[in-house]
Amino acid sequence: MAPDLDLTERDRAMLDGTHGDAASLAMRIVTKSAEIAGATHLLDITSAHIDGCLFHGMAGLDFARRLRDAEAQVAVPSTLNVSALDLLHPELVRLDATTSAMAREQMDAYLAMGCRPTWTCAPYQSPERPSFGDQIAWAESNAIVFANSVLGARTERYGDFIDVCCAITGRAPAVGLHLDEHRGARVVFRVEGVPDRLLADPVAHAAIGLIVGREAGALVPAVVGLPTAPTTSEDHLKAMCAAAASSGSVALIHVIGVTPEAPTLEAAIGEGSVASEVRVGPADLRAARDAWSTVGVGAAIGAVSVGTPHMSVAGFERLASLADGRRFAVPFYVNTGRDVLRVAEGAGTAAVAMAAGATMVTDTCTYITPVIAHGVGPVVTDSAKWAWYAPSNLGVEVAIASLEECIRSAVEGGLVRDDALWGSDG
Amino acid sequence: MIDLTGRTLAAGVGRGEALTLQEPLSFWGGFDGVTGTVSDTHHPQQGVCLSGRVVFMRRGRGSSSSPSVLAEAIHVGTAPAAIVLTEIDAMIALGALVAAELYGVEMPVVVLAPGSTSEIEDGVPVTVDATKVVAVVEADPRGTRR
Repeated sequence: MAPDLDLTERDRAMLDGTHGDAASLAMRIVTKSAEIAGATHLLDITSAHIDGCLFHGMAGLDFARRLRDAEAQVAVPSTLNVSALDLLHPELVRLDATTSAMAREQMDAYLAMGCRPTWTCAPYQSPERPSFGDQIAWAESNAIVFANSVLGARTERYGDFIDVCCAITGRAPAVGLHLDEHRGARVVFRVEGVPDRLLADPVAHAAIGLIVGREAGALVPAVVGLPTAPTTSEDHLKAMCAAAASSGSVALIHVIGVTPEAPTLEAAIGEGSVASEVRVGPADLRAARDAWSTVGVGAAIGAVSVGTPHMSVAGFERLASLADGRRFAVPFYVNTGRDVLRVAEGAGTAAVAMAAGATMVTDTCTYITPVIAHGVGPVVTDSAKWAWYAPSNLGVEVAIASLEECIRSAVEGGLVRDDALWGSDG
Repeated sequence: MIDLTGRTLAAGVGRGEALTLQEPLSFWGGFDGVTGTVSDTHHPQQGVCLSGRVVFMRRGRGSSSSPSVLAEAIHVGTAPAAIVLTEIDAMIALGALVAAELYGVEMPVVVLAPGSTSEIEDGVPVTVDATKVVAVVEADPRGTRR
């Protein structure tokens, strides 16, 4: 134990095994993480979001088994991230029986620990989400940025293993974004000259997010020049957060005039100074779109995948209004959380999308488990995060497009670009 | 001999040929744990094998699923021999810590002291001794090259 980590009596009792083997293992991992990060103490958390339920090898399952067998229980409300299976539509996932059984066992182990079966990468779409100022331990890179930026809750970048250890102990190292002094913006992105119509479409925010992540790395960025709410909605911010956490390690974005800790640029910077400024114009958005797309306009496509991170209730409304009366010529996948799907079913929006030919995928996502046919042609997506990971996870070609372009492309069976939306370099 | 010092994030001893990653890497979605190679299509070193190498990298990136991908690679033997970071990255250290807890297999993770440069050519034999709080990274530029 590092001499400079000050533990409470209860922390020590957990570490010593007084609260059982599971709490002891969890506290060992939490204190080791605290030492690594240079924390002086731990703090109480009010919720956890756990990524460790996704099966991708024995280590994750063996860790879950070890905790389950030691009768671990989470000490705070804990939501679960996507899994490798779709429990509502099991026929969609083409995993072999052995892998499926292991994936299921890993999911069940987390349920046995008292976690909620949310199976979503967008836990912030739940009505019971954290509030401003709450100290939380969230995993899932997009959810981390969203919680810090949009909710104003406070979480470091948690990941597999440490997430559930924080949940079991109810404690997290008091470092990084848990603390005021690390939440100030250090690099400023000025969005200039982007037409209103493009800025009203979340695909613009996905492209901005890719640029922010690439340029900011692990620094806290501020973005200046975006319209205020409701034009910039939570779906716009979701797209930006997920993109920045894919191309970089961004965990907090201050959107000036939009997110709660950024009424002004000065407020977002706080005590400190900005290292650099980056200007972002319409040509940069087109360049980002094209840099992370592997096919261009007119290319025949094999499928469309939207809803990464998971489609929201508002996203379903947009999807339904754009897809109403259309008929898709290629498979069109909508990734969403089971709780959101229930609402969208009640609202009739899911039915409109399905009438056009959309397939609902819940509890998982099309880029982490085999849903899309192997060897399929290019996949069009409205998600920068999907476009970032799918080529390496699935070996597919991709194109980033607005939701409307996705729908038109699905109808045509080829990549459609709306030049009036994006503008041109000529 | 080049001697660098750093801080031990995950304990162990590792030996292998140096390999410097030019860009941060997300192990989930960026590393194939079966072959031990970089699979990130955006990474300049896509296809390069990390197994058994002493990997010098600035930090990880992106996904929070990286710890279990790394832990599994350590478990099956496709992981690097050691990872030497220039920025603290708890996600990478966690993968190694949990592999040690679960399987008793150690892969040292070290963060170099601020200001230390890691200008060690690829292929140079390196030993990482992270058995104490202060870790020692020893490279022999005249050693056998691949």
